[in-house]
Amino acid sequence: MGYTQGLVCRECGAKYDLAPLHVCEACFGPLEVSYDYDAIRASISREEIERGPQTVWRYRKLLPVEDEPIVDLQTGCTPLIRADNLGRELGLRNLYIKNDTVNPTFSFKDRPVTVAATRARAFGFSTIACASTGNLAAAVAAHAAKANMRCVVFIPDNLEPSKIVNIAVYGPTVVGIRGGYDDVNRLCAEIADRYGWAFVNINLRPYYAEGSKTLAFEVAEQLGWRAPDAVVVPTASGALFTRIARGFQELADVGLISRATPRMGLAQAAGCSPIVSAYEADSLTIRPVKPSTIAKSLAIGNPADGYYCLKTIKETNGFAGSVSDEEIVDGMRLLARTEGIFAETAGGVSIGVLKKAALAGQLDPDETVVVYVTGNGLKTPEAVAEHARITLTINANMQEFESSMSEHSLLEPVPA
Amino acid sequence: MSIRVRVPTPLRNVTGGLADLEATAPTVLACFGELETQFPGFSDRVLEENGEVRRFVNVFVNGEDIRFLDGLNTALKSGDELSIVPAMAGG
Repeated sequence: MGYTQGLVCRECGAKYDLAPLHVCEACFGPLEVSYDYDAIRASISREEIERGPQTVWRYRKLLPVEDEPIVDLQTGCTPLIRADNLGRELGLRNLYIKNDTVNPTFSFKDRPVTVAATRARAFGFSTIACASTGNLAAAVAAHAAKANMRCVVFIPDNLEPSKIVNIAVYGPTVVGIRGGYDDVNRLCAEIADRYGWAFVNINLRPYYAEGSKTLAFEVAEQLGWRAPDAVVVPTASGALFTRIARGFQELADVGLISRATPRMGLAQAAGCSPIVSAYEADSLTIRPVKPSTIAKSLAIGNPADGYYCLKTIKETNGFAGSVSDEEIVDGMRLLARTEGIFAETAGGVSIGVLKKAALAGQLDPDETVVVYVTGNGLKTPEAVAEHARITLTINANMQEFESSMSEHSLLEPVPA
Repeated sequence: MSIRVRVPTPLRNVTGGLADLEATAPTVLACFGELETQFPGFSDRVLEENGEVRRFVNVFVNGEDIRFLDGLNTALKSGDELSIVPAMAGG
């Protein structure tokens, strides 16, 4: 049995049955899943969760499903790594990285999609779809394959070559749209309104978004059932950012952790930073932008959850920052060089903004800080390709080896 | 020829279920006014009391967000397509 009660409009409170609906008919506000938190609090425990599967489904009571079978690629329970090397460079003594590059399709998007695909099948849909900057499309296509569902994904036609391979290999119909993500999204919103497909991030958005809460649940559990003091989250539409905040809040609400939400730090690429711009202008109104950044997975110029991100930053005494393309590449290389993690461009955004916040004194050296790294570097290898080449090429010849190694001061004698 | 207006599901309870409308007004704002006379309540659902487009509504002319054009004063001509789309999509 699930603990969901229905859908409720975040703005006007209008109630709806659990259905493939995402917009309030009265005020156009977002619909969200409501839960019976009293019943969850009475039945949930740390011990029960710890005995559960090593996937996001160990938190099933806080996810919007009933008794239906799960569309499961074994997503989640990714490493939380203590980042002493990176922390030393940034002056942070309790820094952790949530390494979500190692999910089944190599980004955090498997989390919302395992929930959305499960609900899509339960609602009786036969075709699952999405508007995507790339990572979501891969997650949707892989889950569709596992669920034996038809799949149509819509992406900007100028995506990185590796991302396209990472999508197309699962066998979906891939529709490239001439334009950017915002054009893709607008068309898909109109398609979802007229045709009976399960668009995970449009008509199934209330369910889909809930999957991202597991990035808060896991971090709290991995820290020994406590929330960190501050987090940094790479942000495009704002759905991930707001759901991580809610995830920590829910754990406190059901009694699994004592203190609630960390200071929420929002990270965007300078070439697409409408939320940071509004934050810096102390406004709650997002002015959309035309994105121009190498962080294509974050290139959403008209962020649906931007308004709620700004409210979350205020409510948690958080912060927001942006970094240039050059700083993104530097962030990717810094993370790889210090912690052995190869992240995509969005990870470079996280690290770059973390670095800025540390240098600006927005993070205390002793507080517990978690930075979210949400996509794998093999999705965007071209971003660092010019810095990642063969160091030197030689013939298979000992003399040549020794002379070239001496030049690089790399030779060490055999230990005595 | 006229302007084609695409209406999202949440608005169709004021348009008698119609998903596609036609209009002839010269601007977006005038178009909403024209539709208000045909379908009372239409404007209130799209615009705030202060006359701005509602926070959770996006308006596009030929695929371009009117915030990148002249907002509600964006000019319309015969053959244009005006789309009203819920903002809470995607991501």
